[in-house]
Amino acid sequence: MTKGLPTQRWSRAEIAFWLIPIAAFFLFPKYLTLGSQIMIAALFALSLDLILGYARIISLGQAAFFGVGAYTAGLMAKYGWGEPLTGLVVSAAAAALVGLATSFLVVRGEDLTRLMVTMGIGLMLFEAANQAAFITGGVDGLSGVEMRKIFGVFGFGLDGKTAYVYSLIVLFIVFVFVRTLVRSPFGLSLRGIREGERRMPAIGASVPRKLIAAYTVGAAIAGVAGALLAQTTQFVGIDSLGFARSADLMIMLVLGGAGYLYGALIGAAVFMVLQDYLANLDPVYWQFWLGLLLVLIVLFARGGLMGILRALQRRLARR
Amino acid sequence: MLGNLIGVLFDGVAYGSLLFVISIGLSVTMGLMNFVNLAHGAFAMVGGYALVLMMTRFGVPFLAALPVAFVAAAIAGAVLERLLYRRLYRASHLDQVLFSIGLVFMSIAAATKLFGSQQQPVALPAFLRGQVHVLRLDLGSYRLFLIGIVIIITLALTWLIERTRFGAEIRASVDNQQASVGLGINVYRVFSLTFALGSGLAGLGGALGIDVLGLDPTFPLKYMVYFLLVVAVGGAGTIKGPLLAALILGVFDVAGKYYVPQIGAFIIYFVMVAMLLAFPGGVLGKRG
Amino acid sequence: MRNAFVTTRRRFVGALAASAAALSAPRLAWAAEPLKIGLILPLTGPFASTGRQIEAACRLYIARNGDTVAGRKVELIVKDDTGAPETTKRIAQELVVQEKVNILAGFGLTPLAMATAPVATEAKVPMVIMAAATSVVTTRSPFIVRAGFTLPQVTAPIAEWSLKNNIKRVVTMVTDYGPGLDAEKTFVKRFTEGGGTIVESIRTPLQNPDFAPFLQRAKDAKPDALFVFVPSGQGTAVMKQFAERGLAAAGIKLIGTGDVVDDDILDAIGAPALGVVTSFHYSAAHPSPENAAYVDAFMKANNGMRPNFMSIGGYDGMHLIYEAEKKTGGSSDGEKLVEAMKGLSWTSPRGPVSIDPATREPVQTVYIRRVEMKDGHYWSIEFDKLEKVKDPGS
Repeated sequence: MTKGLPTQRWSRAEIAFWLIPIAAFFLFPKYLTLGSQIMIAALFALSLDLILGYARIISLGQAAFFGVGAYTAGLMAKYGWGEPLTGLVVSAAAAALVGLATSFLVVRGEDLTRLMVTMGIGLMLFEAANQAAFITGGVDGLSGVEMRKIFGVFGFGLDGKTAYVYSLIVLFIVFVFVRTLVRSPFGLSLRGIREGERRMPAIGASVPRKLIAAYTVGAAIAGVAGALLAQTTQFVGIDSLGFARSADLMIMLVLGGAGYLYGALIGAAVFMVLQDYLANLDPVYWQFWLGLLLVLIVLFARGGLMGILRALQRRLARR
Repeated sequence: MLGNLIGVLFDGVAYGSLLFVISIGLSVTMGLMNFVNLAHGAFAMVGGYALVLMMTRFGVPFLAALPVAFVAAAIAGAVLERLLYRRLYRASHLDQVLFSIGLVFMSIAAATKLFGSQQQPVALPAFLRGQVHVLRLDLGSYRLFLIGIVIIITLALTWLIERTRFGAEIRASVDNQQASVGLGINVYRVFSLTFALGSGLAGLGGALGIDVLGLDPTFPLKYMVYFLLVVAVGGAGTIKGPLLAALILGVFDVAGKYYVPQIGAFIIYFVMVAMLLAFPGGVLGKRG
Repeated sequence: MRNAFVTTRRRFVGALAASAAALSAPRLAWAAEPLKIGLILPLTGPFASTGRQIEAACRLYIARNGDTVAGRKVELIVKDDTGAPETTKRIAQELVVQEKVNILAGFGLTPLAMATAPVATEAKVPMVIMAAATSVVTTRSPFIVRAGFTLPQVTAPIAEWSLKNNIKRVVTMVTDYGPGLDAEKTFVKRFTEGGGTIVESIRTPLQNPDFAPFLQRAKDAKPDALFVFVPSGQGTAVMKQFAERGLAAAGIKLIGTGDVVDDDILDAIGAPALGVVTSFHYSAAHPSPENAAYVDAFMKANNGMRPNFMSIGGYDGMHLIYEAEKKTGGSSDGEKLVEAMKGLSWTSPRGPVSIDPATREPVQTVYIRRVEMKDGHYWSIEFDKLEKVKDPGS
């Protein structure tokens, strides 16, 4: 165990990892739209990893922030301000605000309470969006989201190229931010809370404040993911706020392994690709196998795919 | 106006009673095994489909099919507990949540494959249909029946927990597992039987509730919030807590929808959040 | 040496090119490009029954009318969008860019169609709406043509029928979401314009377990009739509790649009549906020779599954596509195809239908029906009708 803060250096495996989406752009030009949606899912999963993997807050309502980000970006574009980058920033701020406002509900109580409260907030926001149909379009969704070109040059077209590159760059920037965060003193204190919440005040660390901060940042990131979806598809459906989205998200994170950051990315990618491929084979069985996969992961492979990879790494290192 | 109020209260109590029957099993297993089981609704669904199967395929009358629903769900619970749940008692709450969500997905897919995705109808016997005229009020016969059943179940459970040896074993295991083992109580056997009992009750509730809540493969997900609500607000590990919570939630939900239908949907969530903030450990306090 | 070789090669290639040209000219005439139809439906999720019915109907049309039209082989590419708009749009994009489909069809819900409209406009591909029923959809792109129905179109007639049949006071009870509010708006407008009174407008939440308090409120208001609109899965619960709460016994009639007595589940609802009066554009019991043949063929090909109003949207959507191809001689030009669809008029299993050239909406007969038992099953039996009903818009 090294002393001091963990290193910020990038390992070779990490660099190799980030070359993959760049290669995919050239190797799979027909699947760029799927690719950008995978990256949006990965970003969304990253937000939950911070909250659940690092701050250990069980949240089944992350879609609330995703939806807030999506509607903010969508409404901005619809009512005249279609510039994508500022839209992202404003959406992140909006989602962070909602996260902050609800965070005090979440830091109290224990796991079941947090689960209920986050679920409840998600359900309430869904209903609110439905009620405010004159703003959000309700169940019919928000259309007429017209995006301007990025830097006045790159427009969102049918080929999905701009969407792909845009999503990739945003994902990377946010990832670097989160990676730096979890290797900073703040991140270490989160890990301290994760491992022994009761002991933290003894060293003078304020547990609730750290949790609130983590939760708010997680909300902001989810908001960015939502805004990306709204901007790249030029549409916001009410399902952005739906419970199914929160549940799918948790599955993605578990699949990949919570608490590794890369687990979120891998889990999201694997889930989306599997869903696209398998759901067309037999839709009912897809749900069954997904459930079985979850059960098996929890029973035998707690760390998800990343856990398996790490175990393999250790085995190989021993040889 | 008063007549309306009493009618609304009656409906609310009936609805709350139904929620109680389904959720009480969850409360006991959560309090006993500290296991967050989101798949509890799946056992209710098993009971519901068992009832429908009995009635449509084998022509069994409604009242006779209810015990079958209980037994079917209890067996399902016992088997799953022994094979799967037992391995996760020491796991983190997150793992338990994920595991139970996985079970929920599997149960939904299985139900869709076996029974189709449509609503299952249930033909109630004639004496339970329609309304009864009592003191200038029209009260639904079936809801009266529901309330009656719940009273019987509550009394039976209370007797079981407080007057029998098995009940004493449950109480001991809930209060202090290690000490109970030290006293020679087979705690794992207590878990199994309690889990089976809780699942059986859920199955009974699911069967009873078809007429009110409907039955289709998405049942476990649709009503998950309500079951968890009752347990979270009422506190896990007691009987009176969830009963009170279920009744309060039932009445507020029904009254809210009747008097202010525009925000009817929000009321139950507001009440939940408010109660969770006020009583983070449950209305009547959690054990320990 | 090299020059001779090159010259020989050039002559050889020249001869090859000449013969290729000679062969290709008649080839264009007898082996035209296949007609690729991208059918995007919710085959999983809560709206799976819509997808199921439409897919079955489209395949039935091809089976009954042959898989070639205007010299082109019909290729039906069916994709599941799971009911999520971003997936619908992505699949539409992939179909248009990669598979180069000539027509997009399907669209089980309004948001799915709304999200995809820009794709149709940008790629200049006709988009045939077979299920989504909100009026605004067709305005989203000039390439959208609807083959099914719109909710206001089928709601107005029940209001008119009520006025003519001694129903003066009505309570409306609709689910609080887009389609429900549309139905409420249309009904209230028509009913009050005709002199009727709306006693109360109740809205039930979208995620609603129990109709009891709402029905109680309706009963307490003592209307002549209760107008109901709920998503098709909830119809069973409403009708059962309507009977149990004593509303029927109190003399209150239950009226609504045909959604609530969806043919797909009508038999399962059973006795509580008896006597419910609805207005709709399609009943599986429609007494015409075309419909008898349709229902028969549909049930035979699909294990006894009864066709419902969603299926007829699929069936007539295919008809639109086939007829447009015939009219344009097998064209792949989106604008030409849409022009050909405008003004088309034919006798469908539902009755007479035509496409309004100005709005690209279907103009059709809306029937007033009552649920009755016939030959051991429950059907919506038509007893009155309004002809050539247009979409009143929203």
